[in-house]
Amino acid sequence: MNGDEAVAFAAKQAKVDVVSAYPITPQTIIVERFSDYVANGEVDTQFVCVESEHSALSACVGSSLVGSRVFTATSSQGLALMHEVLYLASGLRTPIVMAVANRALSAPINIHNDHSDMMGSRDCGWIQVYAENAQEAYDWTLQAFKIAEDPKVSLPVTVNLDGFTISHAMEGVAVLGDYEADQLVGKRHATYTLDTANPMTFGALTLPDYYSEFKRQQVEAMNNSPPVIAAVTDEFKKISGREYSAISAFNIKDADAVVMCLGSIAGTARTVASRLRMQGKRVGVIKIWQYRPFPTKEVAELLSNVKCLGVIDRAVSFGAPYGALCSDVASTKVLTGIRTKLFNVVCGLGGRDVKPSDIEGIFNRALRYAAGEPVDEPFSLVGVRD
Amino acid sequence: MSADEEKPGWTSLPMGAVLVTPGSAERNKTGTWRLKRPVLDAKKCTNCLICWIYCPDAAIMRGAKTVEFSYDYCKGCGICANECPLKAIAMTEET
Repeated sequence: MNGDEAVAFAAKQAKVDVVSAYPITPQTIIVERFSDYVANGEVDTQFVCVESEHSALSACVGSSLVGSRVFTATSSQGLALMHEVLYLASGLRTPIVMAVANRALSAPINIHNDHSDMMGSRDCGWIQVYAENAQEAYDWTLQAFKIAEDPKVSLPVTVNLDGFTISHAMEGVAVLGDYEADQLVGKRHATYTLDTANPMTFGALTLPDYYSEFKRQQVEAMNNSPPVIAAVTDEFKKISGREYSAISAFNIKDADAVVMCLGSIAGTARTVASRLRMQGKRVGVIKIWQYRPFPTKEVAELLSNVKCLGVIDRAVSFGAPYGALCSDVASTKVLTGIRTKLFNVVCGLGGRDVKPSDIEGIFNRALRYAAGEPVDEPFSLVGVRD
Repeated sequence: MSADEEKPGWTSLPMGAVLVTPGSAERNKTGTWRLKRPVLDAKKCTNCLICWIYCPDAAIMRGAKTVEFSYDYCKGCGICANECPLKAIAMTEET
């Protein structure tokens, strides 16, 4: 199945109560497949048809407040249209799971992959994971429900999958049996629910004397999530045999030069790294699965002996010194005192193919810097015609 | 602010700013916003309830013979004084 179908299948196995979504490429197949499940009576899910993504996520927030398990999916402009509701979902602590089939933002209009959509809503208070392929998209979607709905967390989660590269690419995906999936995800037990028999007020006004306290709670919930994610991935490993954590590291021991990325580029990067290893070059790859909360400590530990790190971003943060991912690594450097040399490369915008030769170029630069050359270009766009 | 120290902190507030018991707005006294205070001349009041209907904040209560003001919530907008056909309500400066 392709990445979108894998995500839809995971949502089906999670027995979601409510889906409200609006079609947008390249997420469309997720919602199409799920509406097939509803039409065929394969799921006991309320499918709420709406007129926009803003309404879709709003319906999800209301449904989640009732205590339902809620799923939605979007991409690009759809995520941008949801923007204000993203903050409602996290502020109201509704554990919605949303798949984002990452796609470039307009203008100029483009339907292909980069991460500018999710990075544009990076600070929305949602847990954010990035999948590398359809298998990971399925696995993370299933795990996301259990992470989001944990009472210590109670935060929404986005599962990011690269548009087309993952969403539309056919792969073999190993799925759990319905029973195993059900055992893993379990039932949702909401702390507070909208209930006419026990009325409560949700979304009340808080003025300067209370607002900060609720933001502090959200910080705490984010801080609480790594051990919960670890427990869920442990349980998932026992059932599936597939192992997840905040970070996936490849050939990192004894590596002088490392490339870090999110999503599907990691596969290409590992292939290139393996080839360079055969030439005796000490290179490795770090893939960030769990982008929010950012695994600062784990990144610092992995980089402790790495001489140079090239960070690949798939979105431009216009006017900023680095792209979003590299900014987090730079903060990690300041916070932990690691001495790894850092440089940032933006590539793969609007679906531009990231070729092995592009990655090899990044590795070769990293190796040069690792060998002592000064970082002459701390930020650059790769694969762009002059 | 000393008043803030008495307010609950983030560890004891309900998650997501949920108000777990209804009716908490009643505890939030908003009358301190008022600059002018409506004062009733009970001799003129016929208990016609026009002020009671017009009050935008439900801060006028029905009494046995005349209306009464709830100064805990009245914000002093003066609509009651303006609407009273008998000019029985005077807006006076808050001191």
